[in-house]
Amino acid sequence: MGGQFRRLGEFDRPPVTIEVDGAAVRALAGDTVQVALLAEGRRLRDSEFGDGPRAGFCLMAACQDCLVWTVDGDPMRACSTPVVDGMRLVTREVPWPNP
Amino acid sequence: MAKPVKPSPVVVVIGAGPAGTRTAERLVAAGLRPVVVDEGRRGGGQIYRRQPDGFRRPATDLYGFEAGKATALHRDFDALAGRIDYRPETLAWHLQDGAVHLARDGRSTAVRYDALVLATGATDRVMPVPGWTRPGVFGLGGAQIALKAQACAIGGRVVFLGTGPLLYLVAYQYAKAGALVEAVLDTSPWSRRLAAMPALAARPAMLAKGMYYAGWLAARRVPVLTGVTPLGIDGDAHVTGVRILDSAGRARRFDGDAVGLGFGLRSETQLADLARCRFAFDPLARQWLPETDPDGRTSTPGVYLAGDGARILGADAAEVSGRLAACAVLRDLGRPVADGEIDGLRRAGRAMQRFRHGLETAFPWPVRLAAGLPDDTVVCRCEAVTAGELRRTASELGAPEVNRAKAFSRVGMGRCQGRYCGLAGAEVLAAALGVPVESVGRQRGQGPVKPLPTTTEFAS
Repeated sequence: MGGQFRRLGEFDRPPVTIEVDGAAVRALAGDTVQVALLAEGRRLRDSEFGDGPRAGFCLMAACQDCLVWTVDGDPMRACSTPVVDGMRLVTREVPWPNP
Repeated sequence: MAKPVKPSPVVVVIGAGPAGTRTAERLVAAGLRPVVVDEGRRGGGQIYRRQPDGFRRPATDLYGFEAGKATALHRDFDALAGRIDYRPETLAWHLQDGAVHLARDGRSTAVRYDALVLATGATDRVMPVPGWTRPGVFGLGGAQIALKAQACAIGGRVVFLGTGPLLYLVAYQYAKAGALVEAVLDTSPWSRRLAAMPALAARPAMLAKGMYYAGWLAARRVPVLTGVTPLGIDGDAHVTGVRILDSAGRARRFDGDAVGLGFGLRSETQLADLARCRFAFDPLARQWLPETDPDGRTSTPGVYLAGDGARILGADAAEVSGRLAACAVLRDLGRPVADGEIDGLRRAGRAMQRFRHGLETAFPWPVRLAAGLPDDTVVCRCEAVTAGELRRTASELGAPEVNRAKAFSRVGMGRCQGRYCGLAGAEVLAAALGVPVESVGRQRGQGPVKPLPTTTEFAS
């Protein structure tokens, strides 16, 4: 199965690998976390109210629907956070933030 | 004895899009060094958002007919480097006691101001459609940002649903960039566009561009339907298609794996609310907006508005109102500004306001859809509150206005703070109560205007 987003250009960028829920995800330098995840898959997180998966909505840091977390528990908006090589994220379980 | 040096006034500009850039530029020209706060990584705002480093598409690919304006704005913003106190990737999250609270990299600081210009822009304006929370449905402006800033389409087969000039522009940009556009589905009937022609003629070049996009799509046999009624966005884990009634009342379905959804734009007004600016119901926008004088002064001394955050007039008008707000700030600080400059800017703004009336006539916010939303349709996507739950706050709990309805149902209490459910929710509530939408009021803004990490450090 393909991802949600389709890349239409700017293919000539250095590859970046991030870890999402323990699995490696290949991305390109300059991608947002949202683009990295949705180029490969269809979801970013699950609604905490049990009404299914979500993939974000606004892409401009306003709706807060694209929330994912670092393995250390820091929340981030996937739509406005660029990928960094080696970044480790979780999308299925909210980790307890480190003090 | 040396004359005491009067400290230079602190002017804070929030936003670095077309309005904020022109405000800052005019203040710098008068010898001030404004603080410019922006959530973006680089100046340009959402409309002229820049692509990340390492991307190579030329400006004409990104901004089309507006490439010249976008490039000029970027150049002029970058030329302010060193002459402004620039705070990129920074959230202005609260206003209190003459200070604005700024968060960056997990740290918050307060900056006291003598004048504050809010150039906070706009977001997509959304009327819920059954199924709109499914993965694959994105805001129309968001769909444009995916293309502009990330060289991505929101899906392999995209349906555009909603209304407004942006619907046609984004569909055109997608098709031109090589995306497959399955359909453009506009809730506004064609007849409204004819009625709007005299007002739209106030800006002939803008009108011509709009007609060009629609014609371009039609020539490439992209189905463009006007006067549609959305029925639902199908799918399970992701979108599979869109169902509508066409203008003749026939049920139709368009396959697709993504939907760009938007019904015009709404002003970002939270900070104006925190600044205690007086709001009035704007019947044209059907939104409560901060009151301003022609130059952007609000009811709160020292607080000014510019651009789409004041009212939706578009990027060109934002540049004009940004300059005007700067002139107002300068005059109120006792600095000289020529009458001719202010008169010229006001005049330039008038044609844009007339055009805006035309757009609202041609592409009205589809109020009628709110009353007809099925009870199980999610209105508030943050808290998954349905139209039925919202209606019950009126019918069973007696909520007379939106803040009470929010307390009962949590509509607007989620992380987006009502940005995406507030206007539609007010229409659903007003329809359920059988009253005009202005009588259900507006959701009050609260700090922080966007979520802060719980680990944020606050400087004393």
